Amino acid sequence: MRISGSIRRRLFIQLALVAAVLSLAFFLVVRGVAERAAEGTQDDILSASATAIADSLRSEDGRVTLDLPYSALSMLGSINEDRVFYRVVSDGRTLTGYADLPQPNVPPRISTPSVETLTYRGDEIRAVSVTRPVGTGVNAAQVVVTVAQTRQGLAAISRQITATATGIGVGFFLLATALSLWAAGSALAPITRITGSVTRRGPTDLRPVQANAPDELVPLINALNSFMGRLRASLSRTEDFIAEAAHRVRTPLATVRAQAEITHRKLNKPEHKQAIREMIRAIDESSRSAGQMLDHAMVTFRADSLAQDALDLRALMEETCDRLAPTADLKDITIRRDLGPDPVAFTGDGILLQAALQNILDNAIKYSPDDSDITARLTLNGSITLSITDQGRGFGDTNLSDLTTRYMRGANVGDIVGSGLGLTIADEVAKAHGGRLEISPNTKGEGACVSLIFPRA
Amino acid sequence: MCFADFPARLTGILLGLLLSISAAQGFEIEDRRLFEATDERTRLSVISTADLDVFEPIIRAFQASHSDISVDYVVTGTTDLMQALYDEGASFDLAISSAMDLQTKLANDGFAQTHTPTASATLPTWASWRDQLFAFTQEPAVVVVSDRFFPPGEAPQNRDELIAILRANPELFQGKIGTYDVRRSGFGYLMATQDSRNSDAFWRLMEVMGRLDAKLYCCSGDMIRDVASGKLALAYNVLGSYAVAQQNTTDGFQIIEMSDYVNVMSRTALIPRTARNADDARIMLDFLLDLRSRKDLVAASGLPAIDPAALLANPSLRPIRFGPGLLVFLDSLKRQSFLRNWENSLLQN
Repeated sequence: MRISGSIRRRLFIQLALVAAVLSLAFFLVVRGVAERAAEGTQDDILSASATAIADSLRSEDGRVTLDLPYSALSMLGSINEDRVFYRVVSDGRTLTGYADLPQPNVPPRISTPSVETLTYRGDEIRAVSVTRPVGTGVNAAQVVVTVAQTRQGLAAISRQITATATGIGVGFFLLATALSLWAAGSALAPITRITGSVTRRGPTDLRPVQANAPDELVPLINALNSFMGRLRASLSRTEDFIAEAAHRVRTPLATVRAQAEITHRKLNKPEHKQAIREMIRAIDESSRSAGQMLDHAMVTFRADSLAQDALDLRALMEETCDRLAPTADLKDITIRRDLGPDPVAFTGDGILLQAALQNILDNAIKYSPDDSDITARLTLNGSITLSITDQGRGFGDTNLSDLTTRYMRGANVGDIVGSGLGLTIADEVAKAHGGRLEISPNTKGEGACVSLIFPRA
Repeated sequence: MCFADFPARLTGILLGLLLSISAAQGFEIEDRRLFEATDERTRLSVISTADLDVFEPIIRAFQASHSDISVDYVVTGTTDLMQALYDEGASFDLAISSAMDLQTKLANDGFAQTHTPTASATLPTWASWRDQLFAFTQEPAVVVVSDRFFPPGEAPQNRDELIAILRANPELFQGKIGTYDVRRSGFGYLMATQDSRNSDAFWRLMEVMGRLDAKLYCCSGDMIRDVASGKLALAYNVLGSYAVAQQNTTDGFQIIEMSDYVNVMSRTALIPRTARNADDARIMLDFLLDLRSRKDLVAASGLPAIDPAALLANPSLRPIRFGPGLLVFLDSLKRQSFLRNWENSLLQN
């Protein structure tokens, strides 16, 4: 699996980016609106001032004159301490005020004052002009009244608004970021929940996932459930196959062996008898190997889903010894049973344990010389030890831990045929039950001691 | 003021200097003195409308704490000060004037530098404008009456009473009324224009005074002197601070604050754009703004310091507020029409 980023991080970053964009938009809108409002206030007061001056214009003896109203200029001082300029022009001639104050670029009309931002005496000014005809008839003069104010107060308000809008924008962003962190976590909570419920399952639990899932996860859960269904079916097919194969391979081999023995009896020539004996030996080995391979396959399969049967290890041991006693008899080998008087309760997979014991005992018989003893012992102390001790050739110089490796055989097997699977099977069974396989030389003379050691329940 | 300790030699030099400057410049210097520092490092040139003897204690106190600054103190009239800075571009480091309107025009038209006073936190907001123009005194315009004409307790207390008394006794007051010639005095013009805004009684009063052939003055000092001597029965719109200062040395007159309203003017200081030594001007300006905490200087100079509590205590005190409104009566048409009205009322003969 290749980890390609995190949904949580991506979700968080995207939400935070949205929050940032919104904060910026908020900041711009607030500042824009507030500045326009502040600008509008200044424009309104300038208009009121210019109108008040225009209203005081009058014609005296055919000449335009003006009685500048006190309020016209004093009102401009009410909202800020900006510098104030004004100019009254009658037919192009400055009547009063600042003669160098620029005239509006767009001449105002009677109904609508003109509003402009200009530069005057090194400062930016806002200028409002109104026009008014003064006098009557043909003598009427067009008078333009311009009132202007610097914009330092506006700049101060703008700075204040910018600071406020920045504060609110940053606050909004931080809040939204914190919320998106929470939202990302909350949105992914179902995934965590389902992951947990799948992780907590036992190794054999292949039932469909039942946890509550949001819409978006339903396809994933369905896919997972369908996959587990197929896995379940596949596993069950494997189990069937193993049983079937064991049956199909062993039965014909048994028939062939029976026929070979009959033939052996009928033959008279010693070289022919020898050939048939070789054949029978090969058939036995094939049967054994097939059995071990199937055992191993079964162990591998069953170990993944270990059965929890209530067992009596003593009875299991007895049964194994009984089963192999005829084989041992062929070589005049006595199996001594040192199993104690009481049943030993154990929870585990009986078939696997039996397969393990059988392989160990079978190995012992195989490598023991004729007319020797094999001791099967069951001891209880801190743990349960099932040991098989023989008087065979031991393992020579082989590294004992290598013996449990698949297809690895001892250094001194010589002419004895084997698959190298016996101890592997025993080892895997021991591990599946939480125990271990211990291989050591026989402490009382020649031979080896192979033990299965399980913890006591 | 006392010239006795001033070396005659230096006076001579100064006079020569005065004449030479007068020749070169259009504005008229009334008085001038160089307050030499004990160890001069810099020289601060101050143009002011306040008389030398009024300002001398302040300058001496300033130099006591800043012994390395020499102060070149030039006294002139309010209009001359305006002319010097506005029209002639004369260079001064600090401009102190009693004409708030002209000072406002200087600041409004960009002839002042911005200054952030060290005491800005304690300064009332109305005492400064644009951080360029700073008020440091609070001086009422009062009526000064002669004891010879008004026995104690009989002086008029408001403008209506004043008008009634003048109307009732024309023969007694004929030629015995004094007021500012607003055409010559910036302070007089400011007070008269503020009067015209505040009360309708003002034009009636001018009318009555015109009928009584009022005498016109340039300065408060002259009016107070003439009232004290009995040459005048009454002087209208006299600078209260001067009257109080005169009362300490001269008998024979009372100071009346009208109960209907009293215009309160402030002396203002600004640092002109043309200042060559703005750094020391800022130190001096801060010193002036701290005048409130120097009771000894207030007493010595006779300049009442800013006192917001007094304004709260007496609602008839009407401080003249800074702002573009003060520019209105400086408008040429407005001034023409105001002066025409004033002349029509006051100059009836």
